[in-house]
Amino acid sequence: MDQLRLRLARDLDAHFPELVESMRHDLFNGLRRLHPNDAEDLTQEALIRAYRALCQYEPKRIRELNLRGWMWTIALNLGRNHARDRARRPLPAELHDTHPVMDPEPADSEAWQRRLNALGANQRRAVVLRHVAGLGYGEIAEATGRPEGTVKADVHRGLERLKTILEGES
Amino acid sequence: MNIGRDLESLRGSAPETTRTGALLGVGLMSGYSLYESPVGEVAVAFNIHGVAAVELAEQDLETRLEQRLGQAVVAAEPPPNWGDGINRAIELGRPGGLPLDFRRLTAFQRDVLQLTATIPSGEVRPYGWLAAQVGNPGAVRAVGSTMARNPVPLIVPCHRVVRSDGLIGNYSLGGPDRKWQLLTHEGAEPEKLELLASRGIRYVGSDTTKIFCHPSCRAARRITTAHRVEFRTSGNAHDAGYRECLVCRP
Repeated sequence: MDQLRLRLARDLDAHFPELVESMRHDLFNGLRRLHPNDAEDLTQEALIRAYRALCQYEPKRIRELNLRGWMWTIALNLGRNHARDRARRPLPAELHDTHPVMDPEPADSEAWQRRLNALGANQRRAVVLRHVAGLGYGEIAEATGRPEGTVKADVHRGLERLKTILEGES
Repeated sequence: MNIGRDLESLRGSAPETTRTGALLGVGLMSGYSLYESPVGEVAVAFNIHGVAAVELAEQDLETRLEQRLGQAVVAAEPPPNWGDGINRAIELGRPGGLPLDFRRLTAFQRDVLQLTATIPSGEVRPYGWLAAQVGNPGAVRAVGSTMARNPVPLIVPCHRVVRSDGLIGNYSLGGPDRKWQLLTHEGAEPEKLELLASRGIRYVGSDTTKIFCHPSCRAARRITTAHRVEFRTSGNAHDAGYRECLVCRP
């Protein structure tokens, strides 16, 4: 990521495909847990917005970016706006069902989705970013605009809560 | 119980569309889609700026498109509002409102292609006419090479541009035979046009209106044989007291 920042600052068009390749799986995996029906579109759109923003940035600003944290700021904002728009004018039900089947999902994927949904929004987001998207605490702090200590507490409490839920299931 | 590890095991690969969609969406990749045309199946390539290329859908299509566009291509649907426009443009042989990506062309080449797009179906104009109309009568060869490099044949109808000696000439989208095929399809009667050209006739006029035209102009085709006059040069027509047709501007 450090090297990629420098390459993007030098020649955005030549190296943007590398950013896409290095980010799209994490973005998709994380977004799938936060916005289950729209992860594919949101991933694409977040990358497109990132490119447009990078076009406007001075090379110095690109070199100093916390790339993953910054990418996730864009993705989380998009997801939030998308969820809000969707709540205002819901899509017809059949459109929700037409989503293509992705990778063979782990058998307990749906169970985990249910458990994650039981968390509060901040805890769910922090846990997903940390353990599904693989971000560090600093990156999550950057992405969510919350202090690192708060983020750590969110992850910790989120995991505790999941543990309680799991124990309740057995 | 290791919840963190369980969550990590939920990770999978993102669908390929997250890559192609993002790269298409920023213009670093082009999409292409196949369409029926009078010369067979063609691929129309597009990007965020507009339609960028038309190629015959034959062997090595993707390689040819990638060489021409200088970037990777992927089979994809064009933006929903363009799809109908592409069909219509191919059918009518003019772009209509379809956005075209001419960023790689010079201002001269754009002017020439924009003018080419105004030549009506069923008619032809010589290279020299295009050169004169864009204000550079000496640039006949440059017009010829612009036609040869037209990125969007069929949509910008370079098949309606013929040699200055009146012969039908070459065609970038599959050679002269396809040019004949297209002109015949549009009712331009290329064999008649070449016959006229072989006799040195470049213009025809009407002795009742005293107006002269390109032979394929729709006004010229209404002239009855009895009143039809042939000219080798526009100078001859002027000397005989004829004026230019306002439609085909010979």
